[in-house]
Amino acid sequence: MATRQSIKRLDFHLALDLYRNADLIDLGARADAVRRALHPEGTVTYVVDRNINYTNICTSGCFFCAFYRPKGHTEGYILSKDALKKKIQETIELGGTQVLLQGGMHPDLGLSFYEDLLGFIKDNLNIHVHGFSPPEIFFLSRKEGLSIEEVLKRLIRAGLGSIPGGGAEILVDRVRKVVSPRKCTADQWLEVMEKAHGLGLRTTATMMFGHVETLEERLEHIFKIRDLQDKTGGFTAFIPWSFQPENTRISVRKATAAEYLRTLAISRLVLDNIPNIQASWVTQGAKIAQIALFFGANDMGSTMIEENVVAAAGTSFRLSREEMVRLIETAGFNAQQRDTFYRPV
Amino acid sequence: MKTPKFLDPALEPIAEKVITGQRLTRSDGITLYRSSDLMGVGRLASLVRKRLYGTKTYYVYNQHLNYTNVCVNRCLFCAYSKDKGENGAFTLSLDDVVRLIQERTDEPIKEIHIVGGLNPELPFSYYLDLVRTVKSIRPETAVKAFTAVEIDHFSRISGLSLGKVFEAFKEAGLSMMPGGGAEILSDRIHLKLYKKKIGPQRWLEVTKEAHKAGIPTNATMLYGHIETLEERVNHLLKLRALQDETGGIQAFIPLAFHSENTTLAHIPPTTAFDDLKTIAVARLVLDNIPHIKAYWVMISPALAQVAMAFGADDMDGTIVEEKITHMAGARTPKRLTIDQLREMILAAGFEPVERDAFYGH
Repeated sequence: MATRQSIKRLDFHLALDLYRNADLIDLGARADAVRRALHPEGTVTYVVDRNINYTNICTSGCFFCAFYRPKGHTEGYILSKDALKKKIQETIELGGTQVLLQGGMHPDLGLSFYEDLLGFIKDNLNIHVHGFSPPEIFFLSRKEGLSIEEVLKRLIRAGLGSIPGGGAEILVDRVRKVVSPRKCTADQWLEVMEKAHGLGLRTTATMMFGHVETLEERLEHIFKIRDLQDKTGGFTAFIPWSFQPENTRISVRKATAAEYLRTLAISRLVLDNIPNIQASWVTQGAKIAQIALFFGANDMGSTMIEENVVAAAGTSFRLSREEMVRLIETAGFNAQQRDTFYRPV
Repeated sequence: MKTPKFLDPALEPIAEKVITGQRLTRSDGITLYRSSDLMGVGRLASLVRKRLYGTKTYYVYNQHLNYTNVCVNRCLFCAYSKDKGENGAFTLSLDDVVRLIQERTDEPIKEIHIVGGLNPELPFSYYLDLVRTVKSIRPETAVKAFTAVEIDHFSRISGLSLGKVFEAFKEAGLSMMPGGGAEILSDRIHLKLYKKKIGPQRWLEVTKEAHKAGIPTNATMLYGHIETLEERVNHLLKLRALQDETGGIQAFIPLAFHSENTTLAHIPPTTAFDDLKTIAVARLVLDNIPHIKAYWVMISPALAQVAMAFGADDMDGTIVEEKITHMAGARTPKRLTIDQLREMILAAGFEPVERDAFYGH
């Protein structure tokens, strides 16, 4: 049995060698041993929340995105406060503890819009706002001519509770130039996170893999996250998920379940300093998400009362809270609802 | 980096037996099934699978033909069968069969899988003509047809012994049987779920006669309904004992129960944990059955892909028009192309090997 102390730090070459050459079952078993050493209590956590996309209008135009609409498009929208309030109230009624608030980079929405939005939620509703990924923060800082720190401070003051790790895609600029040329660079993404952690905001980190990146670039991403975590300790969780190519402008073969599990296991092994690894049932479906619990994941993510972005790319799995609990328990774990900070609810 | 020891210490003595090639006992089977160490059980099954086949994974280019859904058995777990005259009931005429087979003669199909309900209207000659018709259009293709349940029915309506029935079908062109209708080989389950159908004893007897007549079969297990883990292990042991006697079973195929549109609709679908565990335990207990199949129609292509790492060495085929599981709510695709199947196998680190009905390649 591995113990927390006995977990050896992997270097890049060993990680690459394991990804390439280890048998799927052996790699999974190693990740499972580390996962159980880090979380010996035999629990799998989940959060009850809702993804609310306040706008789908976005100037970024990423090639992997099937959700955004350009400004002026008939299907473009900005969510009204009434609609927002209704969605959050429903979330609270369903036992939800947070909303994931993310949107496009709308060219006309300035910092005051976001402050107003956060203030409205704070004044009317009792819910944690996990909102605005680094590209949105970076976009605002440029648009307003303010430092990243200043933008973050104002958002925190208005009610922002934590930051989701989206928009990381692959943190290598060669890849970003191909798939999301108008989004912030890898260093800018990391800078936003570093600043956020410095201001006491906890964040997650994601990785969208399986498009144009090489295996080395995928690992480079994971190692960049580990390096920053060594510095700040601000990441609560890492969430890798595979690119869903339908309805997007990138034509690749979708990463298979085996590749997803392999990547998940490597993430668990490399990220020895990040406590939680999330399974992605939204992209993988319930069956593979359950197996992910044996390949390094200790968290099932969100029940996602609402999810729009992945669904727009042709993948729409549904999972009720009861079904999520059943998945966790039939795999031999205790199911525990958690809040944004992975504390039991 | 050292491979970790088992999270579940109960696996250690079983691992010792697996490594030294000793036969597992009933209680070993139950321990494996009860263990929450899925990866430990998987590693053991993977070890056996690699010893037998390395990284090879077999698949077959096949065609499915369901000749009728009219069935007198009306098993409680079936969403496919209909009563005679009921809305949606169908029976293929021989002309229909000719058309369905001819539609695909330009494809390199190696195996035609034929099963159907027990339709009391059909004479014995229908079944012989069915096989002859298929064989006359595709003489090179193996006909893998009829479960033990159907064979028993043929014997009763023809008044012929099992031996004579097999003789007649061999002459018509039958070369293999798919192994369905075993469900759970337990008298308790038989009485509760499929009492009009032949029971465990008869299923084993018919299958044994098939082997004696030189017709290899597969063997299935329908799991995830009301059976206990002990009953599953007993099922495996019955198959293992039969195989010791005849050697006629080519592959074991666990079938995950789909409850939608059946009278057991309150039973939730099988979990991936159970699906992989079942494959792994089968690989470990069935030391004398050559192949373990991950049937992607039942458990999804994604999980079938992962199952290769948990003991499965056969991904079945590019089935077209699978009806029985889809009637019970399966949301899996009805067809995978050869390219999709090969890519799935390669992406998991295995080597795709196209086989014929008898695992020749």
